Amino acid sequence: MTITRMNSAEVTKKVFNKEQLFILDVRNESDFQDWKIEGENFEYLNIPYFELLDGVEGILDKIPTEKPVLVVCAKEGSSIMVAEMLSDAGMAVSYLEGGMKAWSEHLEPVKIGDLKDGGEIYQFVRIGKGCLSYMVVSNGEAAIIDATRMTHLYLEFAERIGAKINHVFDTHLHADHISGGRKIAEETGATYWLPPKDATEVTFAYEPLVDGKDVEIGKVNINIHALYTPGHTIGSTSFIVDGTYLLSGDILFIDSIGRPDLAGLAQDWVGDLRESLYKRYKDLSEDLTVLPAHFMIIDELNKDGSVSEKLGTLYRKNHGLNIKDENEFRKMVTENLPPQPNAYQEIRETNMGKINPDEEKQREMEIGPNRCAVR
Amino acid sequence: MEANKVLDAKGLACPMPIVKTKKAINEIESGQILEIHATDKGAKNDLTAWAKSGGHEIMKHEEENDILKFWIKKA
Repeated sequence: MTITRMNSAEVTKKVFNKEQLFILDVRNESDFQDWKIEGENFEYLNIPYFELLDGVEGILDKIPTEKPVLVVCAKEGSSIMVAEMLSDAGMAVSYLEGGMKAWSEHLEPVKIGDLKDGGEIYQFVRIGKGCLSYMVVSNGEAAIIDATRMTHLYLEFAERIGAKINHVFDTHLHADHISGGRKIAEETGATYWLPPKDATEVTFAYEPLVDGKDVEIGKVNINIHALYTPGHTIGSTSFIVDGTYLLSGDILFIDSIGRPDLAGLAQDWVGDLRESLYKRYKDLSEDLTVLPAHFMIIDELNKDGSVSEKLGTLYRKNHGLNIKDENEFRKMVTENLPPQPNAYQEIRETNMGKINPDEEKQREMEIGPNRCAVR
Repeated sequence: MEANKVLDAKGLACPMPIVKTKKAINEIESGQILEIHATDKGAKNDLTAWAKSGGHEIMKHEEENDILKFWIKKA
């Protein structure tokens, strides 16, 4: 039988459409436990490739023939080897092109909606890592919010839709992924906006983004309003786009809330987080559509693959917004937290411009899920 | 550390470092030591997990100038 190559975009479609897929993950056990391709109707078998060097006979009866089979490894080499062995044994299988490395870097653009006065807002779903970034487009101009380091994808997308990138924002200093904001700004001549309280140690020039600041895209068609909402970091800032969309950064997610400990000051910031979620957001219209900077679990995806929900619905359903007792809230966001994102200190330093790791190193630093939330 | 055999797996990408290590370990006696040089960063976790599953012992691990060095005692 022949083996076929499946790329990350094809796997993403299977995730969005809730298709069936059998994943034979041949990375070692700890890497698989830590992070894998998630899909509602995906089935898994984890056998490290080095246990299959003498042959695949022992696992043939564990691999289904009635659904597609995808062999996955870290970079692709081992999955090709195992796929070839399975193929020699008469099975029709695919391998993931570029492995988990490519999966981690894949961005799927999804249109969220039209803006009132013309223009659109797009969400870029980084499906493998759970990071979400945004492009707001109006009248031939674009703004990007919370860009990942795969900067060429945004530039190509903007070019395809005929928009010039004029503004780049980060809602906060990220700890789970390397921001592409500065690079995009450098390459396009756009203005790079950062919350100054998160930027006290940065080594480059930026435009300070402060509470109440309005930035216009497409000659005043679209207004981006900054709202200071500390808690995940001291500078965390949310945006209200076109009076309709609330870009909540890492403060509020669909089924979880931001964790306050990644810059080392959980106890100090828990009060800010509470104030942002229980007062500042509470004062906003329930009709706003919340667009967060992450998702944590695949259940948070809508049918079209986007991640969004009305603020009012989140106030009814999100557990993190419904903890009446302040002490209980404090306990939840400071105790029994999930492990911190891989290399989060180095990622923060990279985003400050203090260190400049090469691409290979950046990739390695970002391995794994984002882990910016508490549930 | 004195090795009975040295395997140069520099420049090789996964799965070759492990494939070659497995072959090399078959060529030494139980209790003898295999020294491996690799440049593929994934080799560290994979060699550790592979050695564990086969009962081999990683006696020593070093990194210098992007070269990963391992000394494995055959089970």
